Amino acid sequence: MAQLLLLHLIAAALAPWLAKTLRTKAFPLLALVPATAFAWLLVVATDVRDGNLPTQRIPWVPGLGLDLDFRLTTLSWVVALLVTGVGALVLLYCTWYFRDDDPTLWRFTSVFTAFAGAMLGLVLTDNFLMLYVFWELTTVLSYLLIGHNPGSSTNRRAAMQALLVTTFGGLAMLVGIIAIGVHHTYSISALLADPPPLDAVTVAAVVLLLVGALSKSALVPFHFWLPGAMAAPTPVSAYLHAAAMVKAGIYLVALLAPVFAGAPAWHALTLGLGLLTMIVGGWRALRQHDIKLLLAYGTVSQLGFIVAIAGLGTKTAALAALALVLAHGLFKSTLFLVVGVVDHAAGTRDLRRLSGLGRRMLPVSVPAAFAGLSMAGVIPMAGFVSKESALESLWEEAQEAAPFPSIYGYLALAAVVVGSALTVAYTCRFLWGAFATKPGVPPTPITVPHPGFVLSPLLLGVGCLALGLLAPFESPWLMPYAVTLPTGASPEPLALWHGVTVPLLLSLVSLGVGVALFAQREAFARAQARVPALVDGERGFARTLRAVDRGAVETTAVTQRGSLPIYLASILLVFVALPGMAAVTQGRLPEVRLWDNPAQAVVGALMIAAAVLVLVTRRRLTAVMLVGATGYGVAMLFVLHGAPDLAITQMLVETVSLVVFVLALRRMPTKFTRHPDSPSRTWRLGLGAAVGAAVGVIALVASGGRTTTPVSVDFPTEAYTFGHGKNIVNVTLVDIRAWDTLGEVSVLVAAATGIASLIFVRTRNTRLSRATAKALPSSNAARGTWLLGGRTMRKEKRSVIFEVVTRLVFHIMLAASLYLLFAGHNQPGGGFAGGLVAGLALVVRYLAGGRYELDEAAPFDAGLLVGLGLLVAVGSALAPLAFGGTILETTAVDFTLWPWGEVHLVTSLVFDIGVYLIVVGMMLDIVRSLGTGIDRQIAEEQEQDEQQQETEDEPEELQTEGARP
Amino acid sequence: MTTLAPTGFESTLTPNITLVLVVVGLVAVGTALALDRSLVRVLLGMVLIGNGVAVLYLVVSGRAGRAPFVGEDPAAMSDPLPQAMVLTAIVISLATIGFLLALSYRLWQISGTDDVPDDAEDARIQRLARDDETSETYDRSEESTTTSDERAEAGESRG
Repeated sequence: MAQLLLLHLIAAALAPWLAKTLRTKAFPLLALVPATAFAWLLVVATDVRDGNLPTQRIPWVPGLGLDLDFRLTTLSWVVALLVTGVGALVLLYCTWYFRDDDPTLWRFTSVFTAFAGAMLGLVLTDNFLMLYVFWELTTVLSYLLIGHNPGSSTNRRAAMQALLVTTFGGLAMLVGIIAIGVHHTYSISALLADPPPLDAVTVAAVVLLLVGALSKSALVPFHFWLPGAMAAPTPVSAYLHAAAMVKAGIYLVALLAPVFAGAPAWHALTLGLGLLTMIVGGWRALRQHDIKLLLAYGTVSQLGFIVAIAGLGTKTAALAALALVLAHGLFKSTLFLVVGVVDHAAGTRDLRRLSGLGRRMLPVSVPAAFAGLSMAGVIPMAGFVSKESALESLWEEAQEAAPFPSIYGYLALAAVVVGSALTVAYTCRFLWGAFATKPGVPPTPITVPHPGFVLSPLLLGVGCLALGLLAPFESPWLMPYAVTLPTGASPEPLALWHGVTVPLLLSLVSLGVGVALFAQREAFARAQARVPALVDGERGFARTLRAVDRGAVETTAVTQRGSLPIYLASILLVFVALPGMAAVTQGRLPEVRLWDNPAQAVVGALMIAAAVLVLVTRRRLTAVMLVGATGYGVAMLFVLHGAPDLAITQMLVETVSLVVFVLALRRMPTKFTRHPDSPSRTWRLGLGAAVGAAVGVIALVASGGRTTTPVSVDFPTEAYTFGHGKNIVNVTLVDIRAWDTLGEVSVLVAAATGIASLIFVRTRNTRLSRATAKALPSSNAARGTWLLGGRTMRKEKRSVIFEVVTRLVFHIMLAASLYLLFAGHNQPGGGFAGGLVAGLALVVRYLAGGRYELDEAAPFDAGLLVGLGLLVAVGSALAPLAFGGTILETTAVDFTLWPWGEVHLVTSLVFDIGVYLIVVGMMLDIVRSLGTGIDRQIAEEQEQDEQQQETEDEPEELQTEGARP
Repeated sequence: MTTLAPTGFESTLTPNITLVLVVVGLVAVGTALALDRSLVRVLLGMVLIGNGVAVLYLVVSGRAGRAPFVGEDPAAMSDPLPQAMVLTAIVISLATIGFLLALSYRLWQISGTDDVPDDAEDARIQRLARDDETSETYDRSEESTTTSDERAEAGESRG
């Protein structure tokens, strides 16, 4: 069964290509796909009848109860036959419905085939979650099919309406599925075998499931989307809105009826709403002039009828429901396809203009007549057999008073008779409207349809007759479903003639009334016009949409103030109010100690003083320096705590940050501006104090909450045994918690890319300009030295001392950075610290020699370096897999290498090299962007200014120069 | 390996009040700065908060001790795990500083100031809410998807 679905999926994927090359000839080819499924269903037919249900189980997410389970029961077999059989014929029909030059063929073929697959999956699956997935797939695909012509606003709105209504139902259904699944099971067969007790949760779940079913099958009050969906091409209406998708709701009702038919509200929702829908649909069908819309309302009416019978819950009703599904699928798809042919041949669907088609289009009017008689329930059509059976089931209910009091049974019977009479009337209206010769209307000019075009409706129309004649042979195939219902006696087999029975008499009554209604159609139409539209779901839908939209606007306006301080303040207030207050009121303060070392207090006091001064100053640079001071203070605290790696890194980062701040701030105003519209100072200070206090209390309470030894107690042993290193912090970074490090260096890569893209906007600075490339006037003096970039700078910007110092320290810094990298595994250092030192060396080169010098020192793209680093890190993480290890596993290799002698190489060094490269790349990106990038922008602006001045000062000279060549 | 509870790895923790006070001070000032309109001050506030959190890690990592190297007496060693966590955080804070600075620079370049303005789109929505209007993407047409055709046809036949 999964194979059949896969076949549909592949076909849908190939369809655009097929449609591009074969145009409409692709349709017969695609029709083979559902036809294959149809053939398979015929092959397994006897197995299904005899109870050897084909099943297939592919585990997917067993933990969630989500598996690809498939099971073919009699119910799904019947619906699947309809889905695949009608699907194949409709696809065949499309060959002549669409024109070869239709530009949307590629999309239509694909979506339609995918829909057929989704529908098949829906009836085959044995898992409620999968059922939901297929259910929503059909919703989305039908949205695409209804909106086939997105240029028309009616199409778009109809598609959106169908999507919103059925998705609403689908979501309700999902809640119901989960409610049952969590308490019971997601497996459909398990639920049927062992139903849960009807407690409040189950009943609520059943009601939600029914809401899904009712919305899909277009019952009142959701009925309005189906007529709207007639904006779709006619094959879509024939397939989705007659045979397949709208049957999904009926399928669900029939699926649940054996176990939930006794639930409270079940009969009110199925039988009650179903029969109401039957009458409303029939009533409105009689008001239509468009024969397609007439059929659409007829479909609404019929769906209501079938849901009512499927929900009844007796064996006889179950048999009748299946017979109705088959009969309706056949006659309604025939009629829709006929409408398509008529539409193409006559160019209109308005029954006031169509005239005299019956005789001239016999290949269409004959199957239409068969289908129409079946719809009206006239002997010997399939529709007669099934309607007879349905009336029989209601009559039996009324007699037996089970499963509900007989008064309701009689009422239901009366409703069905009324509904049937309306059905007869609109059937007459349809046949008369489409084919009759009307007095006063000239015969409509037609083009004769291609024989292939009428093949599908002809076959389906004949099917209506054949199914009726073969009725006695039909029962055994449907009976296995009927007997799963708990209530009622074993049903009479389907037959054309049961003798003169009450149902037969009722049938005759409705036929008579219906024909009379049609005969008196003008008088009846006048009467209808006087009755106000009581059931108008569409208006309610529009009002709901407006209310939702207004609600969204109001909510957005209240919550999205668009002000950064307000957003931040809300987050912080919640932080103070919830965790902060919880810590204050519920927390237990532990014993504290004053300090580990008095020096901590000195450093801490300086840090706090520096921080407070930041609040006071309005000079940018002063503020930056003060913040930097707190950073160096943190480094001191690290030293006092016994964390040399942290201290080194913090020192380096602080230094780099200072440089970066200065580089970026050099063009901005030196003072912060005052802001009249920012929150008042006291307010900010108050919230700041509250947040600080909350953090302090939480820190105390949380620290006091420790009850066990930290996990890191084993790190010293593990670091040496598995990580082969003595620096525990470094081993933690590159081995024990290397996954974290991998994530963190990815953040660095993202940040570096972000910085570069913010400054250069369009492209990263790949355009390198090296100092040597720039021809220097005194090249003799340059010989034997480096750091030439300084000569490109203006004289007043150069610093001889700085250049000399740079010459001295640059190589030493690079060597130190490599030392930190390689020694880091056993001594303080590592990739982060090493990378920062190398980056700092580049910063020094830049500061001393300007942007050309930077490109001279690092003649490669920063992005390349960052990417290479990530590649090395990930590569070293994955490499152990090749040797049968696990990801990020570390091994030590010992070998002798001249002239070093014994070498002890630990593989996690490679990972650290990746980290090193990423850090260097990030630093390069920062300097290139905030240093070189801004330099270049300044230079460009200056040039522009100068040029502007020139043009202003000497316009004549420029003109003559321009005229010279 | 000794089984005595080593310094850095205590099973109960007596927090260092001095460090806690440093955390409180840095976070309080940082928060006050972060509530400002100037993006550079926001950034400085974030840096201060970041420094405070780094110190917070020291608070929860227990007593100070010797540097965590194999060969040291574990009983005298400081806890290495929080240190590893802070190390990456420090480097990431550098990247954040770079990014936010680039952002402020760009903001300054475009608007001539590094102040974060209120969102214009949100202001528009607030105007809609005040006027009891629907959103701009709302489909105002309430005509039925089916009767629009009927009416059009009816109008035709009348005319």
